[in-house]
Amino acid sequence: MNRLIPSMARTTRIVVAGAILTTIAIGGTFLLDPYRNYQLATIAAIFCATAGLTLLVGLSGQLSLGHAALMAVGGYGYALANTVLTEAGIDGALRFVIGMMAGVVTAGGLGLLLGLAAARLQGPYLAGLTLAVVIALPAVTAVFSGVLGGDEGLQTAYDGVPTLLRTAIAVEQWQAWVSILVAGVVVTALAILARGRLGLHMRAVRDDEVAAGLNGVRAGRVKVAAFTWSAVAAGAGGAVLCFVTQSVSPGAYTLAFSLLLVVAVVVGGLGSIGGAAIGSALIVLLPWLIETAAGTLELPAGLEQRLAGNVAILVFGALLIMVAIAWPARLAGARRRTRTAPKPTGTIADATTTPRDPAVPDTGSAAPTRHGSPVPRGARPDDLVAPINAPDHKSVPADQIER
Amino acid sequence: MTDDNSTPSSPRLEVRDLTVAFGGLTAVAGVSFDVEPGEIVALIGPNGAGKTTVFNAVCALVRRRGSVSIDGEPAPTRPSGLVGHGVSRTLQGLGLFSGLTVRENLLVPLASRADREALVDRELSRLGVAHVAHAPVGALPYPERKRVALARALVVQPRLLLLDEPAGGLGSEDIAALGAVIRESAQAGCAVLLVEHHVDFVMSIADRIVVLDFGQVIARGTPDQVRDDPRVEEAYLGVKAA
Repeated sequence: MNRLIPSMARTTRIVVAGAILTTIAIGGTFLLDPYRNYQLATIAAIFCATAGLTLLVGLSGQLSLGHAALMAVGGYGYALANTVLTEAGIDGALRFVIGMMAGVVTAGGLGLLLGLAAARLQGPYLAGLTLAVVIALPAVTAVFSGVLGGDEGLQTAYDGVPTLLRTAIAVEQWQAWVSILVAGVVVTALAILARGRLGLHMRAVRDDEVAAGLNGVRAGRVKVAAFTWSAVAAGAGGAVLCFVTQSVSPGAYTLAFSLLLVVAVVVGGLGSIGGAAIGSALIVLLPWLIETAAGTLELPAGLEQRLAGNVAILVFGALLIMVAIAWPARLAGARRRTRTAPKPTGTIADATTTPRDPAVPDTGSAAPTRHGSPVPRGARPDDLVAPINAPDHKSVPADQIER
Repeated sequence: MTDDNSTPSSPRLEVRDLTVAFGGLTAVAGVSFDVEPGEIVALIGPNGAGKTTVFNAVCALVRRRGSVSIDGEPAPTRPSGLVGHGVSRTLQGLGLFSGLTVRENLLVPLASRADREALVDRELSRLGVAHVAHAPVGALPYPERKRVALARALVVQPRLLLLDEPAGGLGSEDIAALGAVIRESAQAGCAVLLVEHHVDFVMSIADRIVVLDFGQVIARGTPDQVRDDPRVEEAYLGVKAA
């Protein structure tokens, strides 16, 4: 019970905060015109994916360049279920809920498979694998065009405003409500995960996989769990985006979009849910803002079209470079830690914060050079310095680290 | 976990004929030794003697041959199983989770234990790092980080504590405080195995010493016996003792 009470209190706080923010966002839809509400619905859908991605990259330290593919899988799962249910005469909320579940489960299944591979891959190899998934998407839809619709993709049945609300709100506002509600549920669940034991273990594995193992954490399982939950979030985003646009096609989930998702979470701040929200808004609003600005300049039609297609990516790249220069260690995450860094207390006798000078032999050296103790055989100056940040366990062969 | 629940005839740690090879290089060859409950045993030897490799083998971080038993039971073959068997280890490079706070670092090995908050509070106070409990561990000075690493090892109340160069980089007063903590744990029934280059510290704290050279045990005994052993002097200085 002692374990449950603080945990429940923390969970309750997260749920209440999530509910308040979701309510505020839904309330905000009354201030927007239909097109802005459509944009808000899109932002909320993408927010699901970026929140999952920031959990994966920021907390567990695994890089995925293929989250657009996971969103697409969620969208296709939703669309296929929607088609089957429509043919079976099922519609309304039940069709939506089952469709969402199909999208989430399908994306989660792919995430589980990727996670199993991720547990055995590191850095560029994992990035390469996830990149291959998103690149393969158009080919997969083409090969299975009978089911997935090829380049055209799939269309879903129109889900209009429920009868009770039909006179009060437009369909775009209704779509924004649904999308915001889904994002609220998904992101709240991710926040609970991040603050719980799994989140703690993800961060431990990210910082030092060997030390995590020695402290009872099964790194492989944690990595698989992180990838699966992240994929579930991306799948939910893809499914609700399919609900909003009533279609899913490979053209909507390109490599460029997948890379934009990564840039969005980096610019917003790795591991930060708020940063993921900002990044999602940038993905949707930046191209629109640039297009609007270009429209006011009365440029030639061809140039305006080229600017609209490319300037947003250029701005994203510039933002990424700026963030990388400003916070090179952990990007935006480093800022939070630096703020909370304590001053040295000075309570430790003879404390030093820098590696010891090997020429000074009387500081409890890692090498026995004092009090008449013998010198290690073949000792070099480097051997006489206790490595401050050079863990010996890094020499453990990579293939022998527990998965 | 410090309650002694071993069988009467079983040492807390029993290493028999331990051999570790990396390709064609045999780093540890046929090493055997015991550590009893409440005992402090030091592994010493020149650089490259195989001390940390023995630790890594006991912790299943490298493939091993021979047997490693804890309280008469085979030791886990996965590092993540060690904590559950009452085994805790510090690392020479500390192995702290730099992105976590001090408190979070101590919570990691406690998993879902009901009393984890109380255990963490107690260990933070005991090691004198309670005042930095909510600080990111990466921002602490080195001596404090060493204390956090020791606190994380002790917070699970281990039956067997493996310390890899615990005194490295510490000043004399910190080393004295470290010795007191280690003795306190041993008196509570914890078996302690340590690798340490600081000979004075080893001589003052160890009940027994095992000396390794080129991956083999060349001497063992009490600190006085080891100090007077000519093979130890030869191993360190690289010349035949007179």
